[in-house]
Amino acid sequence: MVFHCLNIDPNHRPELPLPAEGGLQHMTQGTIFDIKKFAIHDGPGIRTTVFLKGCPLDCWWCHNPEGRHPEPESMATGSNRDTPGDAVPVGTRMSGDAVMAEIEKDRLFYDESGGGVTFSGGEPLAQPDFLATLLNGCREQGIHTALDTTGYATSEIVARIAPLVDLFLYDLKLMDDRRHQTYTGVSNAGILANLRHLVKTGRKVVIRFPLIPQINDTSENLAQMGAFLTDLGLQRIDLLPFHGIHRQKYHRLGQPDRLGNLEPPGDAAIARVKADFENGGFTVQVGG
Amino acid sequence: MINDRIRNLRRQSVEAQASLSPERALLITALLQSGRLEGEAVPIQRARIFRHILENKHIAIHPGELIVGERGPAPKATPTYPEICLHSLDDLALLNDRPKVPYTSDGDMRRAYEENIIPFWQDRTLRDRMFAQLPERWKKAYRAGVFTEFQEQRSPGHTVLGDKIYRKGFLDLKQEIAEAQAALDFYNDPHALDKREQLQAMDMAAEALIAFARRHARELTRLAAEAADPERAEELRAMAAICRKVPAHKPDTFWEALQYYWFVHVGVITELNPWDAFNPGRLDQHLYPFFRREIDRGTLTEARARELLQAFWIKFNNHPAPPKVGVTARESNTYVDFALINTGGLTPDGADAVNDLSYLILDVVEEMRLLQPSAMVQISKKNPDRFLKRALRIVKTGFGQPSIFNTDAIVQELVRQGKSLADARCGGASGCVESGAFGRECYILTGYFNLPKILELALNDGVDPLSGDRIGPSTGTAGDFTCFEDLFAAFERQLAYFVDIKIMGNNIIERLNAKYMPVPFLSLLIDDCIANGRDYNAGGARYNTSYIQGVGLGTLTDSLSSLKYNVFDRRLLSMPEMGGLLAGNFKDGEALRRRIANETPRYGNDDDAADDLMRAVFEAYYRAVDGRPNTKGGVYRINLLPTTVHVYFGSKLGATPDGRKAGSPLSEGISPVQGADRRGPTAVLKSAGKVDHLRTGGTLLNQKFLPHILADDTGIDRLAQLVRTYFRMDGHHIQFNVVDAETLRKAQQAPDAYRDLIVRVAGYSDYFVDLTPELQEEIIQRTGHDAS
Repeated sequence: MVFHCLNIDPNHRPELPLPAEGGLQHMTQGTIFDIKKFAIHDGPGIRTTVFLKGCPLDCWWCHNPEGRHPEPESMATGSNRDTPGDAVPVGTRMSGDAVMAEIEKDRLFYDESGGGVTFSGGEPLAQPDFLATLLNGCREQGIHTALDTTGYATSEIVARIAPLVDLFLYDLKLMDDRRHQTYTGVSNAGILANLRHLVKTGRKVVIRFPLIPQINDTSENLAQMGAFLTDLGLQRIDLLPFHGIHRQKYHRLGQPDRLGNLEPPGDAAIARVKADFENGGFTVQVGG
Repeated sequence: MINDRIRNLRRQSVEAQASLSPERALLITALLQSGRLEGEAVPIQRARIFRHILENKHIAIHPGELIVGERGPAPKATPTYPEICLHSLDDLALLNDRPKVPYTSDGDMRRAYEENIIPFWQDRTLRDRMFAQLPERWKKAYRAGVFTEFQEQRSPGHTVLGDKIYRKGFLDLKQEIAEAQAALDFYNDPHALDKREQLQAMDMAAEALIAFARRHARELTRLAAEAADPERAEELRAMAAICRKVPAHKPDTFWEALQYYWFVHVGVITELNPWDAFNPGRLDQHLYPFFRREIDRGTLTEARARELLQAFWIKFNNHPAPPKVGVTARESNTYVDFALINTGGLTPDGADAVNDLSYLILDVVEEMRLLQPSAMVQISKKNPDRFLKRALRIVKTGFGQPSIFNTDAIVQELVRQGKSLADARCGGASGCVESGAFGRECYILTGYFNLPKILELALNDGVDPLSGDRIGPSTGTAGDFTCFEDLFAAFERQLAYFVDIKIMGNNIIERLNAKYMPVPFLSLLIDDCIANGRDYNAGGARYNTSYIQGVGLGTLTDSLSSLKYNVFDRRLLSMPEMGGLLAGNFKDGEALRRRIANETPRYGNDDDAADDLMRAVFEAYYRAVDGRPNTKGGVYRINLLPTTVHVYFGSKLGATPDGRKAGSPLSEGISPVQGADRRGPTAVLKSAGKVDHLRTGGTLLNQKFLPHILADDTGIDRLAQLVRTYFRMDGHHIQFNVVDAETLRKAQQAPDAYRDLIVRVAGYSDYFVDLTPELQEEIIQRTGHDAS
C-alpha cells in the first residue's frame, strides 16, 4: 500500500486552485499525479516524493504509466477498463503554494532524518517553470531536494534547473542509442550529454539503473555503461530491478503492456549484474 | 543464548495452563473463621492475614530454578482474593470453559468454593460493600458502558518500586518504622493512634516476608541435602544463603538483588490482587551497580548475569493476572499482568542512563520472547541511537516488544503534575503507558471512559438508545441542533455530568479501600508511607494521583468532524436525517454511509479540519477531569489508553456519525480509527503530535508496519527517525506491530499452528490466538504502513 495524497485516492477532496495572480499564474501551477509521504527509497532520509505528470519518454517498462500523459486523465478502479467500477481521476493542477504546503507538513521528519523532497514523475524537467518554483520554494525553506530524472531535456533547461537541485537521481537505461530509441522512444544523446554537463559542473549525482531482463542486462550494455561512468568519475549505482507490480495500472489506463510476459529478474540475475558493476569499481545498492 | 536449564524452565512456564488455586482463599477463610482476628484494628488484621498466608502457603521450588518464590503452589496456579471479589460457581465454570484466557479449576477448587469459601464470603466482600453504596445513577452509567470500574474486582495498585530495596533491607525498614513510631505525638496529632496501628501493621508485614524467605532457605537446604548432583547441591546451598540474607538485609550481589525483588513482588501480589501486579521499574538502573561491581571483581560473568535475568523473566511469566470476569474481563481480557520493565532514560541528575545492562536486558527480552514481563525502552534525546535501534531490531521480530517511550515527555508530564525534577527523572511508565514517579507515587487508574458514548447521549437527549433508559441530563435530540457549537455544548454538558458521577463513585471506592482494605506490605515499599504513618490506600504515598482513561478519541473526533462537515458545512444531510441513519444503523443508507466515511476529514491524516476537533475534544475532557481533588490529598489527571476496552465500549455503542456501524470497536488509544489514516505514518504521527501529551499522564499510539519495511538497516534507521521525530513533537509513547495481515489471517484459520504468534494489542503484547475474534479483526484492520 502506498499513501496517495492526490487523486488516486477516491476519497480525496480536490485542492482548490488558488486565485489567479495576474500573469504569473501559469508559472506557479503544474500538474501532479501523486505526493507520497514517508518515501524512504528516493534519496537520503525520510522524504516526500512529488510526482509531476507528463513524460516525453515512452519506456516499455515504465512503472508509473499514469505519469506519462501531461494532462489529468482517468483510471479505472477495477482491474481494467472493462470491469465495472468508478473511474478515478489521475492528476490534478496544483499551485506551487499548495504543493509547498503539503511538502512543509513533514519538515520535522526531514530535519530529523536528513531527508527532504524528491521530485519525480513522469519527467519533472518537462514542467521546468513549475519545477523551478518548487525547487526555489524548498531552497527558501531549507529543505533538501532530489530530482529523479530521465535526463531528457534541453541543455538550457538542465543548466537552469541544476543549481537549484541538491541531488540528482539520474536514470541511465541503455547505452546503444538505437536500442534506446526502440525501448524509450527517444535518443540517449542528449541524456548522456546532460549527465556529462552535470558531473563536470560538480553536481551531486547518483546513477539509477533500471534492470530490465533481456533488454539492458547484456554484458555489452553493462560494459559500455561502466566505461562511460568511469570516464565521468562516478562511483555509485543504484540498481532498480524490474518488478511486475505496476502492470495492473496499464490495464486500468487502457495502455498496452509491451512487456506483458517478462518475468522479474531473480536474485541470481540481480546478484550477477551487481557483481559485474562492482568488479568495475562501483558501489552498488539494490533498490533506491 | 539460552542454556538447557533456562530452556526447560521456559518450556515449563510457557506450557503451563493457567489454573485457579484455592490455597490462599482457604487460608484466609480459615483464619477469619477461627475468630482470632476479632477485635483487631483493620490494618493489623490485614497484616496478620498476610503473615498467615506466607507462613502456611506451599513453598514451591522447581528443578533448576535460580530465583525462587511462587504466588501459587505451581507455575500459573493462581490464587483468588475473596475479600475483594467472590467468584460464584458459575464464574468458576465460565473461567474454566471460556475459549479465550481460561483458568481451569479442579474438583478441589470447586469443592473449596462450594463448601467453604462462598458460604463464608457471600455478601462480605469489598465488591459487595461497593455496590451497596454506589448510587443508582452510577450503576446506570456503568451498565450502559459509559465507564468501567478498575477497583471492582481488583485492589488499587498501579505502582512501581523505586530503588529502596537495593539500598535497604527489611530490618532497616523496621528500624525506620520504629523511628516513626517513636516520633508519634499523641498530644498534638489526633491521628497518632491510627498511625501507630498502621506502623505496627507494616512492621508485621516486614517481619512476615523475612520469615517467608527463611522458609525458602530451609526448603533449599533440605533440597541441597537430597540433591544427587553435587553442582546443584552447591547451587541450592548458595540460594539458601541468599534467602537467609534478603530481604532482611540489603543485597550485595546481582543475584541477591534479583531474589530480593522477587520476594517483594510475590509479597505484593499475595497481599492483594492490585492492578498491574508489581514492577521493578528501572531495572537496568537498579541492578547496574551490582552488575558493574561484580563484573569488575570477577565474581560475575556476563553469561551468568544473563542466565539470572532469564530465570527472573520466567518468574514473571509464571504469574498470570488474577482471574477477571464480567466487564473487568472485557476491559482487560488477558493473562498479562502489566509488569512493565523500564530500560534506558535518564539518571536522577539528568544524564544518559543507558548502560551495558540496558543492552543485556534487551537481549534477554529478545531471547526469552515471553508474554511477561512486558518490556519497554525509555528514549530521551540524550540516549544514543544505538539503543533505540537495538530496541527496534527486537520490534522487527514482530512480537510487539519493547514499546518505546519518550523520557523527556514523561519527565515534563510529571513535573507539570508537581513532582520534583529528580523524582520525575527516576520515574517512567508502567502498566500500559502510565507515567509515574517510581517508588513514590500511588497513581490509580479508576476506569475507562467511553468518549463516543457521550456524543451518542448528547444526540439522544441523555437517553441511551440501546436500553431506552434515561441516564444523562436532557440536552436535546439530534434534530434540535441548528449549529455545531450548540451540539458541542451539549456534548460538554453530558461529559461534565458523567465525569461527576465517575468521580463521585471513585470517592466511595477510594474511601472503602482506605478503610477496609489497607495494604501494610505495599505501604512499606512506597515512600513516604512509613514516614507519614499512613497506608498506601489512604494517601500515604508522596504523590497521589487518580486517572480516568479516555477511550475512543479517534472515533469521537471523526464523528464530530462528520457532523460538522456533512451536516453543518456542506449540508449533505440534515441533523434529523443523520439521527435517523444512526438509529437505523445505516440500514438503507449504505451508499451515504460510505460517502460519509470516505469524504469526511478524519483524524490521522495531518488534516487540521479533523485534528482541530481532536484538540477541542481533548480540551473538553481535560477541563472536565484535570485538577479535581481525590480522597487522598492528590488530584485527578487524564490519560488516553484502552487495553481491550475499545472492543467492549464499541459493543455498547450504536452507529456513530463517522460511518462506524453499531457494535464495532472504537479507535484505540490516540490511534486513528482503524483504516481512516490514509496518508502514511508521518501523517499519523503529525496528527497524534497535536495531542498535548504533556498535560496527560500517558497516551498510547499503535502503528502497524509491514515486515519488509524493516528488512534492512535503512528501514531500521528510518523507523528510528520516525520515533525521534514523534518524540520531538512531545509524543509520549509508540508501539509497533510488525506482522502482515496475511499472517494474521492464517493464524485465525489455523490457531494451533500459530500458538506462539505474539502481537501488540494496546500497551501490552498477547498471544494472537488468545484474543477474541473481535479484537483479532480489529488488529487486522489497523492500517499497515508501507513505504514509498
